[in-house]
Amino acid sequence: MTMDQVVEMLTSPLMQRALLAAVLVGAAAPVVGTFLVQRRMALMGDGIGHVALTGVALGWLVGSWANLVPQDALAVPGAVVAAVIGSVVIELVRERGRTSGDLALALMFYGGIAGGVLLIKVAGGTNANLISYLFGSISTVSTTDLWWTAALAAVVLGVGLGLRTALFAVSHDEEFARASGLPVRVLSMLVATIAALTVTIAMRVVGLLLVSALMIVPVAIAQLYARSFGRTMAAASITGVVVSVVGLVLTYWQDIPPGATIVVLAVLVYAVAAALRPALRRPQPVRDPHPDMVDDVLLADDDVDEMCVDEPDPAAPSR
Amino acid sequence: MPHATAEAPVVQAHGLGVALGGQHILSGVDLSVASGEVLALLGANGSGKSTLVRALLGVVPTTTGTVHLFGAPLGPSAPWSRIGYVPQRLPAAAGVPSTALEVVTSGLLHGRTLRLPHGARRRALDALAEVDLSDRAHQRVQDMSGGQQQRVLIARALVRRPDLLVLDEPTSGIDIPTQATFVDTVARLRDAGTTIVVILHELGPFAPLIDRAVVLRHGRVVHDGAPPRPRSDHADDHHDHTHAHPDPEPPPTGPTLSVEVGP
Repeated sequence: MTMDQVVEMLTSPLMQRALLAAVLVGAAAPVVGTFLVQRRMALMGDGIGHVALTGVALGWLVGSWANLVPQDALAVPGAVVAAVIGSVVIELVRERGRTSGDLALALMFYGGIAGGVLLIKVAGGTNANLISYLFGSISTVSTTDLWWTAALAAVVLGVGLGLRTALFAVSHDEEFARASGLPVRVLSMLVATIAALTVTIAMRVVGLLLVSALMIVPVAIAQLYARSFGRTMAAASITGVVVSVVGLVLTYWQDIPPGATIVVLAVLVYAVAAALRPALRRPQPVRDPHPDMVDDVLLADDDVDEMCVDEPDPAAPSR
Repeated sequence: MPHATAEAPVVQAHGLGVALGGQHILSGVDLSVASGEVLALLGANGSGKSTLVRALLGVVPTTTGTVHLFGAPLGPSAPWSRIGYVPQRLPAAAGVPSTALEVVTSGLLHGRTLRLPHGARRRALDALAEVDLSDRAHQRVQDMSGGQQQRVLIARALVRRPDLLVLDEPTSGIDIPTQATFVDTVARLRDAGTTIVVILHELGPFAPLIDRAVVLRHGRVVHDGAPPRPRSDHADDHHDHTHAHPDPEPPPTGPTLSVEVGP
């Protein structure tokens, strides 16, 4: 590519909006993903994405009844509402910790996606509309979409970074957080809610079926190398921005789907990072992990010790 | 108790009952801990010691009774900054690494304090120094030994400078030299006037510190007073504290044949 082509790409309003959306989503999604991985809920984003499709469809249906132009003007608000409700329900099921909760979640996820597909057709949507929600349509981001994305990304980053220590405390050791009087339930719901908001903004970039990848894969890459929670989050966020932007730029010249390109790129980065880890990781200094410890177990009876070490003394009294 | 006259008791529980999964774990527990006291909670496995402590701190919901901490009812208005809790162990490692410093720093949040105060890092490093882990502040807790993790948990409780420290079996699974450092730490805190509630399986190295013992059996208090003396052979140095299953039967050997050879 030449300099002219780069300038042309950067001056295209369509591409400017798409790049901005990619940066915002690429930065915000892994911040939420870090909390989800720590809570062992890496697939939560996936579940919310399924439920959000029904929200998209309901928004569309309401839009077409109200004769709004365009018909899908309420798709994003619908997705926000459904995703937030879905994430709160998932969090309630998790809190109760029942085994039947597993089945409840499965019912919700598949009901969500099937209901969404059905309702979009009822509302007069085409297969192309459906595909754009399932797999992303970043190249058609409108100015309104961009405002939604910017506002929601600001909320997600504000909560995720501003309350980072509190959300860490709750995600790391819920029992201790309760014994500290922290509002555990509110904070857990907050994590679920910002996960839901992230799903709805990432929907445009990578699509509802791949939303979770943008939240989780950068975290998986970062934790291969990072030693702390804070650095994992920062590295994951940077990785998210880089793969989103690079993936998007690739699709400017090649006719390939942006969402899938971004996710495949992220998975490739993970594979390379994992393969290079043994070679790249700072070598741990070889040292006694417990220099302050006595070297051996305390032997209760020194006489026994001596007898084991020395030749038995024939003069010693027999035991 | 020398300090208890004017203030409200540090812990005051009345008729406490806890049911988990439809099963009564605790019933009718009354407990009052005065300021400056060192109380041991004793009892067999499953007697409800851990559940009692967790109910007192609001970790598990109570079905009956009331709890007051420093005179305030358990809830958002309780003085959480004055309470430090040391659970039995770190939760199973999640995917995201966290350093000892990050874990200890999270101990500075409590009640409605959801953001770190100024000087948080300094205070967390000081707490780590108190448990002799200064050189490991930036190491992942997941990579640490059980004893080191336990020290991180104590630092996380101490970082708020609590007036009440609650420890759940702090010495279980810890080697003897590390146990001794825990006892030293607790002795120092007691001398500074901290009230201490400690769950123990047996008094062990804590014995000289304990003012009072509460023994639970099947979720009820069966003893509240002077620390019970262990059975005399129990205190004996040579007593084997493991109560393993009886030795398995030796494997059957085939019929033995002895041959006696005459002269």
